[in-house]
Amino acid sequence: METIKALRIPIGDWVEAIVDFILINFQPLLDAIAAAIGFVSESFENTLLWIHPLILTALLVLLSLWRVGWRFAIFAAVSLFVIMGMNLWQETVSTMALVVAASFVALILGFPVGIAMAKSDTVEAVVRPILDFMQTMPPFVYLIPAAMFFGLGKVPGTIATVIFAMPPSVRLTNLGIRQVSHENVEAGLAFGCTDRQLLMKVQLPLALPSIMAGVNQTIMLALSMVVIASMIGAGGLGNTVLTGIQRLNIGLGFEGGLGVVIVAIMLDRITQSFGHIGQGESLFRRLMRTLRGHPAAGEEKGEEHARTT
Amino acid sequence: MAKTKLVVNEVYKIFGPRPQEAYDLIEQGKSKDEIFEETGMTVGVQDASFEVYEGEVFVVMGLSGSGKSTMVRMLNRLIEPTFGKIEIDGHDIVKMSKEELIQLRRREMAMVFQSFALMPHQTVIDNAAFGLEVAGVDRETRYERALKSLDAVGLKANAHSYPDELSGGMKQRVGLARALSNDPSIMLMDEAFSALDPLIRTEMQDELLRLQSESQRTVIFITHDLDEAMRIGDRIAVMEDGRIVQIGTPEEIVTKPADEYVSSFFKGVDVTQVFTAGDIARKQQLTVIERPGSDLNSAIQAMRGKDRDVAIVLDKHQHYEGMVSASSLAEAKNGDGKIQSAFLKDVEPVTGDMGLSDVLHQVANSAYPIPVLDGNKKYIGAISKTALLQTLDRAS
Repeated sequence: METIKALRIPIGDWVEAIVDFILINFQPLLDAIAAAIGFVSESFENTLLWIHPLILTALLVLLSLWRVGWRFAIFAAVSLFVIMGMNLWQETVSTMALVVAASFVALILGFPVGIAMAKSDTVEAVVRPILDFMQTMPPFVYLIPAAMFFGLGKVPGTIATVIFAMPPSVRLTNLGIRQVSHENVEAGLAFGCTDRQLLMKVQLPLALPSIMAGVNQTIMLALSMVVIASMIGAGGLGNTVLTGIQRLNIGLGFEGGLGVVIVAIMLDRITQSFGHIGQGESLFRRLMRTLRGHPAAGEEKGEEHARTT
Repeated sequence: MAKTKLVVNEVYKIFGPRPQEAYDLIEQGKSKDEIFEETGMTVGVQDASFEVYEGEVFVVMGLSGSGKSTMVRMLNRLIEPTFGKIEIDGHDIVKMSKEELIQLRRREMAMVFQSFALMPHQTVIDNAAFGLEVAGVDRETRYERALKSLDAVGLKANAHSYPDELSGGMKQRVGLARALSNDPSIMLMDEAFSALDPLIRTEMQDELLRLQSESQRTVIFITHDLDEAMRIGDRIAVMEDGRIVQIGTPEEIVTKPADEYVSSFFKGVDVTQVFTAGDIARKQQLTVIERPGSDLNSAIQAMRGKDRDVAIVLDKHQHYEGMVSASSLAEAKNGDGKIQSAFLKDVEPVTGDMGLSDVLHQVANSAYPIPVLDGNKKYIGAISKTALLQTLDRAS
């Protein structure tokens, strides 16, 4: 036992040393990152808060109506009024803005990595364990270096969220592209696609359902992380929950939790609706057809029928 | 003979890290399986050489795993040949740079796939215009050309549908239209009609033949189906285990198969192409031996006794003399009384080595069984309509 104790490998010390090293030598880089991330998350939040609550509610209800359906639109309207009734509007919008900003950054970083993974087995072999690491590390752990590098507040909260939420979009982009039918890829090549054309015209469009599933998961993970990130001052609904815990105030904690649930359901259903492709005539298709000036297939047939009879 | 369009010269495809090693083993005469056993490398195609003439439909036929799909993919370098030369209009495509290859694929060649491989997110017209879009043709021109090719395959009305709104046959018409839009001089068709049900398949084969009659393209058609190969092929190459075992016209392949493998294709495929008349002739008809002195009455007696309508008349050496029916015998009895004058005039015997397809018509249109003779006019048997139907039925 003594010898084993004497054998202690100081991984923790090493990590600390690395963090110190980065802090001392890369301060300008850290500042630049902080400024960029801060700009993105603050502009999202300011824009959303700038819109009058009722107008934003109306916009969200309309979006739900367009993408999901009238039942979900009613649900959205009722839930958003409940949030306003709980006096949690500002926190909810703040949380949404943080989720959207963090997901935005995560996707911007995640797509190229996912594409690179799909194109090269070597890249996949290197990135896969890193993704595993990112996903299995308890999310609280990210808060420590984030806070050390960027202090307290929204910026470290967003960064910790980006790291935690990125893996699904990388994975599912990779998977989606790899799962594109072999013959479709061959068709692209046989008709003379360059590598770039193959990606843009064949692989990405056909991988879209999978990629959108990744976007959806990234947004969901971002939401869960944003709540945790309130511990380093990211604010929003997480803060309400945290206060509820600290004061053992069940009511406040429940209200905050309910707000998170509502945001989660809305983000989930709306982002999921963008991943549904190839299930008959979607609204998107109808819209595209109308824009091109062609009536929908059904209508056309109907007209012909009317003419012949 | 027409101009040579495509020359494939000693082409090999070896899947694996050390192709030279496998090549040496092939040279030593080792089989595909032995090489796989020894080196773990797969020989896809070995020593393939053939020429395709301009405007012909060249069919590559073989079972799955015979290397036919690999072969066709080497023609546009979707799969890189390991060794050998492939010349199109005299240019070796194996030596082409990536840029040249892309231009070749855009201008000269188009491909049609077994599973259609349409882009589900694009409308039919966008799919048909895919090759042109990739080549950077402006939207108006490419829609115009795509509409023309959709019109050629009878799908103009569906131009703004999506692929998932179409049936399998219609999807493959879009695949065909997509290939036609590029106005290629060579069309590669990889099991293009194999995923379609038989009726639609025949329809598509006719469609292809019609398109061919309108504008002669060089078509290289991959199939595992002999019927299809015979129907559309000007010439057929049969592949086995990566080797081309025979190249010839459909007639040559059927009548002079190079080996067991080639002839095995005919088993259970289309019996009329395989069986000879002798194969299905049965000795179930009543035979009457004509001896000097025997008269009509013995024949009539025999037929009554066995309750038959017709009988075959042979001499004592089993040579065929003629066929008689009860009514023709009755007529002859009232006439000159000679059995020769009772012979049915519209019954023409066939020889045993004639193909079933050649005698099909005769059997179907004759009121009587058709007698089958060997080369020395010896009676082998007869083909009745029933026997014919049974044979055809067994095959399907």
